[in-house]
Amino acid sequence: MQQQRIKTIRRALVSTLPVFAGYLGLGFGFGVILRTRGYPVWLAPVMACTMYAGSMQYVAVDLLTGGVSLLTAAVTTLMVNARHLFYGISMIDKYKGASWRRPYLMFALTDETYSLLCSDTATDNTRFDYYFFVSLFDQCYWILGCTLGAVAGGFLPFKSDGIDFVLTALFVTIVVDQWKQNRNHLPVLIGMLAALGSLLIFGSDNMLIPAMLLIAVVLTLLRKKEVTPDGD
Amino acid sequence: MVTKHTFALIAVIAVVTLLLRALPFLIFSGRKTPAFVTYLGKVLPYAIMGMLVVYCLKDTAVLSFPYGIPELLACGVVVLLHLWRKNTLLSIGAGTAFYMLLVQVVVPKLAALFPAA
Repeated sequence: MQQQRIKTIRRALVSTLPVFAGYLGLGFGFGVILRTRGYPVWLAPVMACTMYAGSMQYVAVDLLTGGVSLLTAAVTTLMVNARHLFYGISMIDKYKGASWRRPYLMFALTDETYSLLCSDTATDNTRFDYYFFVSLFDQCYWILGCTLGAVAGGFLPFKSDGIDFVLTALFVTIVVDQWKQNRNHLPVLIGMLAALGSLLIFGSDNMLIPAMLLIAVVLTLLRKKEVTPDGD
Repeated sequence: MVTKHTFALIAVIAVVTLLLRALPFLIFSGRKTPAFVTYLGKVLPYAIMGMLVVYCLKDTAVLSFPYGIPELLACGVVVLLHLWRKNTLLSIGAGTAFYMLLVQVVVPKLAALFPAA
């Protein structure tokens, strides 16, 4: 039992390595921005522990600096993080039976944790431990990155311009992996085109909600046409 | 700089984020997940990742210098490197370093060489 768990932890450590790099870089960028805006170091781990959201934390720095109303903050969060609704939907069956781990699994379901776990095909009874440790390690990396960035934000040895590209690069590698895994490239193309169209029509600040609605509609329409010989 | 309002904002953002993450589980827990929802769960990951790539690049200025060329080149580097070496760490690290080099060194130099652009 104990040995089994150590094995699971090791597996989780190995598979979260890419996220380790990504979160350290991304979190670092967040910490630097937060600090250079005049906030204390300790606010970085506080935000990383409670919000634990990548792009939203970047946006949150702007909201804090601007001193916006609570309603504006709530609506903005709804817009930026609405995609998490989709993540939850696709993990309902996976997280069934995770018992005490389930609340934390739900809380810690970020883009990267999701992309690691949704591609995991294990069906043995250690899988919930694996999900848990992947989620936990990812958040630890994130807290570490945010805090280090906030500490370093006072004295940067290099210019950090362009460090945000870490996020882009991460998603690009995920798309490349998915492209090779799955022969049906329609969903990813739909996602890109819907986002692009939405960006052109609604602009960069308002693109997310229309893009997600469009994706949901197009995927729904496609389902009816799809031939499903194995019945699922 | 840190006021009561700062904490209130952080609390609101944290709670809304948690709600978005937990809502699907709360709605569909205890009953069989509808087939349509299962279908969405299967195809959405691909669509959302595609969307996120575009979302990350949403603030790229394509109509003015440097016309989004640094982003395009850096994405190209990430894709090629990832197809070639299949190492996520390497693809992300090298791609980001390349992008930082472009926007910090190459683009300013080009802008100084061709002021009209």
